[in-house]
Amino acid sequence: MTVVDQARASTYDLARVRADFPILAREIHGRPLVYLDNAASTQKPRIVAETIAECYGGWYANVERGVHTLSQLATAQRERARETVARFLNARSAEEAVFTRGTTESVNLVAEAWGRRNVGPGDEVLITGLEHHSNLVPWQRLCEERGAQLRVAAIDDAGEVRLDEFERLLSPRTRIAAFAHVSNALGTVNPVREMAAMAHRAGALALVDGAQAVPHMLVDVRDLGCDFYAFSGHKVYGPSGIGVLWGRKEILDAMPPWQSGGGMVQTVRFEKTTYAPPPHRFEAGTPFIEGAAGLAAALDYLTAMGLPAVGAWESELLALATARLAEVPGLRIVGTARRKAAVLSFVMDGIHPHDLGTILDHDGIAIRAGHHCAQPVMERFGVPATARASFGLYNTPEEVEALAAALHKARELFG
Amino acid sequence: MSDLRDLYQEVILDHNRRPRNFGPLPEANHQAEGNNPLCGDRITVYLDLEGDRIRGISFQGAGCAISTASASLMTEALKGRSVEEARHLFHGFHEMVTKGEEGEDLGKLAVFTGVREYPMRVKCATLAWHTLMAALDQKDQPVTTE
Repeated sequence: MTVVDQARASTYDLARVRADFPILAREIHGRPLVYLDNAASTQKPRIVAETIAECYGGWYANVERGVHTLSQLATAQRERARETVARFLNARSAEEAVFTRGTTESVNLVAEAWGRRNVGPGDEVLITGLEHHSNLVPWQRLCEERGAQLRVAAIDDAGEVRLDEFERLLSPRTRIAAFAHVSNALGTVNPVREMAAMAHRAGALALVDGAQAVPHMLVDVRDLGCDFYAFSGHKVYGPSGIGVLWGRKEILDAMPPWQSGGGMVQTVRFEKTTYAPPPHRFEAGTPFIEGAAGLAAALDYLTAMGLPAVGAWESELLALATARLAEVPGLRIVGTARRKAAVLSFVMDGIHPHDLGTILDHDGIAIRAGHHCAQPVMERFGVPATARASFGLYNTPEEVEALAAALHKARELFG
Repeated sequence: MSDLRDLYQEVILDHNRRPRNFGPLPEANHQAEGNNPLCGDRITVYLDLEGDRIRGISFQGAGCAISTASASLMTEALKGRSVEEARHLFHGFHEMVTKGEEGEDLGKLAVFTGVREYPMRVKCATLAWHTLMAALDQKDQPVTTE
């Protein structure tokens, strides 16, 4: 952490942040909730709920289709939300932001709409060894269907992608490289700008799964130089069921539609249908109107908090947690990359992660136990599962201490 | 909510630390695999059946304390019993962890009563038993409690 970051973190208004999240006041099993499962999903600030309530109470109607006032209002709100997303990612224009159901759908959209047209027999798709299943299985299916090869750049013992191998596996046959910005299972922050540049040098496109990055750091898609960037609303304090696929305009323009139906067409005749330009070309059907507004509210909230300050605060929590957990006998941290964001995966000798999950829950502490939809990562580290504490902007040092204390208690119970 | 010790009773912790009848059974004539894909728990149950009697039984695998202890205590409870008795015990065990009904003759298996308070952990406690049923029925497909 730089001196500037430290200064930001020390002025971080934690009490105000916590007051914005009503759920944090509740108790679990008679104990204050300690919510450390933010990598799975984040809690929502009041403003998100209020925005959705305003939608239902003030301006709800279907979008794009009506000349009546409410429909125009709803359409305007949705396009305003799209502009918020574009600003959040520093995209060139709002046309580059496609609303999806989440990261999974965003990746599937690219794998199907772009992939089926651009990946053929003998071609290759490159991913890394730390991908979430949602940035693995769609590519695997595409490769199976198209007779292409899926290549995987391995990770090292710290959980970092081996960049030399990543670069070596890129070839003129590689059509696209798809990789996470931040690993959900290990917390590793990938050098995505460098990786995107490597992909481009080989003539491949670069897709970044940003689901675990956008809650923790400023993302500038133009600076990263990637071609697609995907994220989910629910991991960034917004509603679940809404997400974003950002794509470079010229690539989106050249892509065929994905799902088809209403809303994504220009003219429909029995002989021939013409399609709307992006982003609407990829948004068939009535969208999640209130979800887009809720997402925009969440992004505005995060922007107002200042992502650098949020990231600095979470780095402090991660550093404290890393130190405290190292003191727990028989605990091993899985994922020790030099750059990590807000995720702490660990195993304990003689205590299965699921037992840990139950024991911590008893103290009101919510963590995730399992394979985190990253089974190859678990295999790489020779564990069936890990326990994972993941931090958000509202977590406190006291909560980290509570986690450590509960782990000591688990150690005592299991001997 | 009940005390954690109601779930993690000493017998369970002991069988988790030192599982009985652990490892492959060379003379096994029935076996089956079970797994919990979401947890990553895996188990193989080995049976040496002599006619209708369980002459030998063992298990191997990796899982949480509840699933390991359940498998260990199951093997202890079933050695020397008839297949019919095993099915009867399975039924009683299942009723206990899902409905809290303490059937007769469960013996040491009654330590799993506390599982009922933890719906997410029922599948951990029953994995070994479902796998046992598959071994008795000679099912080729691995069973799952997901």
